Amino acid sequence: MHYLIMNYALRIMNLKLTCLLESMETKITGAVALIRSMLTEGVDTIFGYPGGAIMPVFDALYDFDGQMNHILTRHEQGASHAAQGYARVSGKVGVCLVTSGPGATNVVTAIGDAMIDSTPLVVITGQVGAHLLGTDAFQEIDVVGITQPITKWSYQIRKGEDIAWAVARAFYIARSGRPGPVVLDIAKNAQLESIEYNYKPCTFIRSYIPNQEIDQNQITFAANMINQAKKPFALVGQGVVLAEAEEELKAFLQKADIPAAWTLLGASAMPTEFELNKGFLGMHGNLAPNLKTNECDVLIAIGMRFDDRVTGDLSRYAKQAKIVHLDIDFSEIGKNVKVDAPVLGTAKLTLPALTECIVATKHTEWIDTFKEHEVREHEVVIQKEVFPSTGEITMGEVVHKVSEATQNKAVLVTDVGQNQMIAARYFNFTQTRSMVTSGGLGTMGFGIPAAMGAKMGAPERTVCLFCGDGGFQMTIQELGTIMQEQIGVKMIILNNHFLGMVRQWQEMFFEERYSFTEMQNPDFIAIAKAYRIDGTEVHKREELDAAIADMLKDDKPYLLVVNVEKKGMVFPMIPTGAAVTDIMLGV
Amino acid sequence: MEKTLYTITIFSENTVGLLGQITIIFTRRGINIETLSVSPSALKGIHKFTVTILTTLDVVEKVVQQIDKRVDILKAYFNTDEGLVSQEIALYKVATDKLLEMGSIELLIRQHQIHILEMNSTFVVFEKTGHYEETQQLFEELSETVGVLQFIRSGRIAITRSKVETLTDLLDNIQAKYGQAE
Repeated sequence: MHYLIMNYALRIMNLKLTCLLESMETKITGAVALIRSMLTEGVDTIFGYPGGAIMPVFDALYDFDGQMNHILTRHEQGASHAAQGYARVSGKVGVCLVTSGPGATNVVTAIGDAMIDSTPLVVITGQVGAHLLGTDAFQEIDVVGITQPITKWSYQIRKGEDIAWAVARAFYIARSGRPGPVVLDIAKNAQLESIEYNYKPCTFIRSYIPNQEIDQNQITFAANMINQAKKPFALVGQGVVLAEAEEELKAFLQKADIPAAWTLLGASAMPTEFELNKGFLGMHGNLAPNLKTNECDVLIAIGMRFDDRVTGDLSRYAKQAKIVHLDIDFSEIGKNVKVDAPVLGTAKLTLPALTECIVATKHTEWIDTFKEHEVREHEVVIQKEVFPSTGEITMGEVVHKVSEATQNKAVLVTDVGQNQMIAARYFNFTQTRSMVTSGGLGTMGFGIPAAMGAKMGAPERTVCLFCGDGGFQMTIQELGTIMQEQIGVKMIILNNHFLGMVRQWQEMFFEERYSFTEMQNPDFIAIAKAYRIDGTEVHKREELDAAIADMLKDDKPYLLVVNVEKKGMVFPMIPTGAAVTDIMLGV
Repeated sequence: MEKTLYTITIFSENTVGLLGQITIIFTRRGINIETLSVSPSALKGIHKFTVTILTTLDVVEKVVQQIDKRVDILKAYFNTDEGLVSQEIALYKVATDKLLEMGSIELLIRQHQIHILEMNSTFVVFEKTGHYEETQQLFEELSETVGVLQFIRSGRIAITRSKVETLTDLLDNIQAKYGQAE
């Protein structure tokens, strides 16, 4: 206690000293201005990798030890996905700092991923000096040109005096409205120039209105539609999580007794045990919510974008229903599905406004009709996937056991493929912001770095990564970062020696022609050991519980390799181009 | 669905790379830009883009929303020809000797309301304003008779017929509604 007070007092003194020094010095470098601007924006953790064109910033970072925590990853892709994982669990803007040229191109995947999954990210790339721009200089690449299509805003800073202004604008754009990635490409001379530092936070851009005023007419119109519904059904997307509107959602659903299902990114917006939570939508979602989509009379989409993995064939999607669509992004309204009642604005405000206008009612009979499909899915799919007693270990039972072992309180991070779908299906959630996955872009290799970032963003929580043997090897180098920073992520490889999802498609749609999907894998435990990370490999069902307990016994990084059935399948499945009602429970 | 020629009008901040931001939205959907015209607007610091594309109503609606959504775009909207007064300009370079040989220059100039911008012993430059069909008709006529040495046509510029909110009003409204925080 005494130590804590001392520490606190020292920090205050340090802060006062810094302020004093700041007022004394008139000019600072652009690099220092960049770091001070970020500190003002509340940034305390950044992920990065140094290189020539960003060296002045890294040099300046050296003096901010203790204020700005920089995590050195093993590859820029790792830094950028880690920033995504950090942003997704913390709700803060993730920051990634890399050099020009290859440093910048290596973060392009994460920028695209963050764009399509609405993740607030500020990516800072070094750039060659302004006098060299356009000359094919060493490590010069047109970062703004490359990233413009996949960012909310991409801007090149050529003068030191523009840094504070651009950083303020970048953070405002990244986190406001529908969040997304912003790129700041900073020419080396701008980092080195001495400038007058004057930071003003950005709160308004005349060409960018992130939060439209709520239109009461839209609310009344939508509420009337919902009030007339006999069979309402709500689809919950990540918009609810991003708006921090989980409680508002609950109140809305409960008042009119509306069953709801979630998209992949909407996972954990409602607790698994919430009585109106009817499960997972889409290609590998649950049977009942997919079938009910084509039976409901009013479909209420909340902060979701009718992705093709959710809707299947649009010409046979919810044609019988009136569509109410709540979204903060006006360009999403009517993009894929014709909307009868659009409601623009943040769910934080639109949901309570709607709740006020809807009539309290019960839809018991309608909700009861979900039951038979739940029972059927349980009998045909879930029972043998999650509770098998014989045969090889299944992916589902591993996910279920890990979830249970964490009292369903952990943050789930997934890679992409079967591991992702099985984890989304069988991991249970008790709190929000507990699902970190690459949804829209489907980026294999996302898992390890995103899990690192998630653990940094929520250090008090258990973070469990489910990864395939394929995706694990795409960013396996980040084990080095985990070792160096002692990031306590729990990594579980569901090892089937196959690129499982592609193999599943080959089995179902390509006449079992397993073209380049079988993998000879290394000894993952030996690799982990080389990085001084503990681990266990499980071959038999009997070993599983003990291994999971061993993994969760402390807060250290851990690798659990589970050899699961080689040809496991994820069901149910709606094949691409099929209608939601064409959902298959097996082959 | 039938394709129609739509004219998209875009007002933007004058920042580097905006044209790229706009054109990639068309590129993603494989839409060919028929004409494009960019110039400073009546308000200092704001640029106006006029783009024509041949597409369906459904697509133009979505494309315009996606353009409007970009951070540096102030406003984007679209019209069909009925809603617009539009104009294009074309320049034609023809050989002086051929033109003199042809005779009836007065008739040609009267019929097409041609302006002569430059004339010397080797070439003459005609200027004609009009819709695409009109400038095209003159091009074809000249090609068949005297031959055209060089030809250039501008993109369309347009003014709406309907009473739309002026840009000044739009900016004032945004400032009044959302700008207090500044």
